[in-house]
Amino acid sequence: MSTPEGVTIVKTGEKGHFGGEILTVNFGPHHPSTHGVLRLIVDLDGEMIRGIKPVIGYLHTGIEKQMEALRWQQGVVVTDRHDYLSPPINNLAYALAVERLMGVEVPPRADALRVIMSELTRLSSHLVWMGTSGLELGAMSMLMYCFRERDTILDMNEEISGFRMHTSYIRPGGVFADATPRFLEMLDKFIGEMPGHIDEYEDLLTMNPIWRARTIGIGRLSPEDAKVLGATGPMLRGSGVAWDLRKTMPYSGYENYDFEVATSNDCDCYGRYLVRIREMREAVKILRQALDRLPDGPVNVDDRKMLPPPREELETSMEAVIHHFKLFTEGYSVPAGDVYVAVESGRGENGCYIVSDGTHKPRRVKFRAASFANLQALERMALNHMVADMIAIIGTADTVLGDVDR
Amino acid sequence: MGLEELAESLGQNVLTTTLGKVVGWGRGNSVWPAQFGLACCAIEMIATATAGVDIARFGSEAMRASPRQSDLLIVSGRVSQKMAPVLRTVFDQMPEPKWVISMGACASTGGVFNNYALLQGVDKIVPVDVYIPGCPPRPEDLLNALMILQERIKAQGIQPRQ
Repeated sequence: MSTPEGVTIVKTGEKGHFGGEILTVNFGPHHPSTHGVLRLIVDLDGEMIRGIKPVIGYLHTGIEKQMEALRWQQGVVVTDRHDYLSPPINNLAYALAVERLMGVEVPPRADALRVIMSELTRLSSHLVWMGTSGLELGAMSMLMYCFRERDTILDMNEEISGFRMHTSYIRPGGVFADATPRFLEMLDKFIGEMPGHIDEYEDLLTMNPIWRARTIGIGRLSPEDAKVLGATGPMLRGSGVAWDLRKTMPYSGYENYDFEVATSNDCDCYGRYLVRIREMREAVKILRQALDRLPDGPVNVDDRKMLPPPREELETSMEAVIHHFKLFTEGYSVPAGDVYVAVESGRGENGCYIVSDGTHKPRRVKFRAASFANLQALERMALNHMVADMIAIIGTADTVLGDVDR
Repeated sequence: MGLEELAESLGQNVLTTTLGKVVGWGRGNSVWPAQFGLACCAIEMIATATAGVDIARFGSEAMRASPRQSDLLIVSGRVSQKMAPVLRTVFDQMPEPKWVISMGACASTGGVFNNYALLQGVDKIVPVDVYIPGCPPRPEDLLNALMILQERIKAQGIQPRQ
């Protein structure tokens, strides 16, 4: 990969293009528009960015190490917290990986509920992105509109799992519990209303002259660079590459849904915005199909060695009591081996690599964080732009620092 | 003119109070938080500022990007060992009087992460006034903590911090 034409990387001490010295400026980790605790060391030539170096690790939580100390079923709780804007999708990556090692297939209703939760999460993640990015570029009211709908989604999370954000709803072997009738009602109402809300966001931003001036032509990332730098998700699709794991490597029955992969050939911040807007519309389409075709049946695998027996069995069956006791003292064991499973989160390829040595705890868990890879493209996008454009570029990269540092 | 005559001549137009009460009332109803987001709880902190629960009803919607303009540090999320000195610097830069809310299980105790990377409770480096349980706490929980803090500020008046 070579430096694009017209772009020069200059470092401290050298002379800048305008005759002045290059000034190295620290930016973060406490800064209102870095989307968390990102720290950047920026080489400035006047107001032009000539070099940019992210410093990460300010939110390093030791999530992967922590999972080695937890049993397989306890690990789900920790996966919620690495990419904290899309917890159910993290759960899904982990659950699919464990299930693949164990050779377990979940029932169709569980798959459909997983798809519903994934798409709701994608919506809420994009809503947080749009609200905060709008806020940073001066469209303050976006935050209010976006968080209004996000709150509706969180209410649904609460109805189905009992928790607003970190649901731990998707677990190895199925899901936590069946959808309640009230959840399905709420979902139906939400699907009916959401397209109108997306129109509302578009009214506010798509043709907004300030928004367009701040994003069009800013943060260009060519398709070749995007691929070389490992960008995925809206970053890659915003550069015109139609790569979506839901289409290219379907999981959880995504091949049965009719939806399109949103792409944009703009290759800039505005293109990435358009991709996210279209993805939201597609997500609503998927939700409608999933709700209309929601199959009946159980939501968990019928395996007493993996999931606890129903409450009523405990009073009559000695076997059930033994299974219950074993599961909650020792847990289940996963056959030795390793597996990598990737799912499409709101930010891109969210992968989970697990190694099992055949015991009741993982030997190693590694997350392939989309934000971490997308952050690499930051320098390529921000070079030769003004300092103020960096805010738009960091915004549309949509990095979640919890995901980067883990 | 005697005191009674003075009070009579002023009628219903003047309230008398103590300086402490006025200062406490003023400070308590204009607690400006620092805009300092760390992790998951920061998202719920943003949600607290939006129309749904609306922290502006309590005079705290003015989140200041500079610690030098803020009275309240909301530690919203897990504090890693690498972030701890930064957090302490932000706290030191805030002018007195200042208060700290430890939002969520991670900030208060380390939460589910009992490991090498996280500070096991932010009260090891800054004095905390109110702890909020939850992972993450609901926006209503943050409002509740703010109301508890307001009561304390009002009671504190012009007395220096204990």
